[in-house]
Amino acid sequence: MMVLITYDVSFDNEGGQRRLRHIAKICQNYGTRVQYSVFECDIDPSQWVALKSKLLSTYDDSVDSLRFYILGKNWRSKVEHHGAKATLDLFADPLII
Amino acid sequence: MKRLQNSLYINTQGAYLHKERETLVIDINKEKAAQLPIHGIGAIFCFGNVMVSPQVMGFCGENSVNLAFFTEYGRFLARVQGKQTGNVLLRRAQYRKADEDPVSVARNIVAAKIQMQKQVLQRHQRNHGNSVEFSQQITAINHVLDTLKHCADLDKIRGYEGEAASRYFSVFNMLLTNKDLGFEFSGRVRRPPTDPVNCLLSFMYSVLGNDISAALQGVGLDPQVGFLHQERPGRDSLALDLLEEFRAFIADRLVLTLLNRQQLKPSDFITETGGAVKLKDDARKLVLKEYQSRKQQKIRHQFLDEDVEIGLLPHVQALLLARHIRGDLQQYPPFISK
Repeated sequence: MMVLITYDVSFDNEGGQRRLRHIAKICQNYGTRVQYSVFECDIDPSQWVALKSKLLSTYDDSVDSLRFYILGKNWRSKVEHHGAKATLDLFADPLII
Repeated sequence: MKRLQNSLYINTQGAYLHKERETLVIDINKEKAAQLPIHGIGAIFCFGNVMVSPQVMGFCGENSVNLAFFTEYGRFLARVQGKQTGNVLLRRAQYRKADEDPVSVARNIVAAKIQMQKQVLQRHQRNHGNSVEFSQQITAINHVLDTLKHCADLDKIRGYEGEAASRYFSVFNMLLTNKDLGFEFSGRVRRPPTDPVNCLLSFMYSVLGNDISAALQGVGLDPQVGFLHQERPGRDSLALDLLEEFRAFIADRLVLTLLNRQQLKPSDFITETGGAVKLKDDARKLVLKEYQSRKQQKIRHQFLDEDVEIGLLPHVQALLLARHIRGDLQQYPPFISK
């Protein structure tokens, strides 16, 4: 299934930058970065449980926000891309480098 | 439902593949060219001078990602195989299947082969008009295909294959539309080929066969243990099995194109004292170049419903065959183009 993850991390208190970096790295392990604070993760439900718990234990619930959009299996019909930074579909696109 | 995992092909010479946390990073000229999470990848194929860090090798093992190395020209070199997919089990399953139940795979492969031969003939028919002899052979081939459907005997399957092949090659000469240079085909001759057309066919089959053998080793199958072809020391029987699907579609059509476009001349061949005909070096280069550019073309794979480069078809089919042997797919889906 496809999960779209967006986040806002506050720099106001100490450790904001560290948390931001940390969250981005966790997301990178599971999906592709489509915009600065936006990740698309094509994962199975068990991976989603792991990813979610990692994120929730990393962010600061008093100042940061995390939003998850669960697009399900047939997400390809629900996502459009325009403009620069064309993204890669990890499972469907040919990976030839 | 098992998910179809993607394969990563690294063709860029000098690329460096390393690991960053749970992701694979490919550096080209010390710059990050791509970063991919490992969970979408089932296999990594490295062609030529590609460096891989030891951590990635271990990482691939842990995640049952199949990591294989090939020369720049596609000859298999080595493989690092994942723990869970352990090749011993796959190979045992392959041996067991080859001993106990080779018929279904063999029949699917032969059916695909005959179908592709028919398509070569039909293609000619569409482009150059019909002739009585042609439609006769096509009808006969159709008939062979029909009877093959219900055949459960390996020797009979081989018999049908032979019948279709002899019908196909009986009109092969008519597929050579440009006779100005005097290329003639009067039947398949091998070991050694004694005329240019047979020489080209043999050459293409062996190049293609090597590619297929490499692809099979890449997915962890034993290329020497086949279903349709009998085992013989030193013979890659399984590679020959898979080759059947591609003979007409890749090799025959390429040979016909080269000859009909007059890209090859009779002077590109030498006849040795024993009667064997060989390609000269420059001509061989030309053939390989054309083959390479053909490999780059994309085609819709009917079973996967995806566009696949022709050069990757052996890898795709090897993967599907491994899946069938492992029991993930009920039937082996051979390659058939539209």
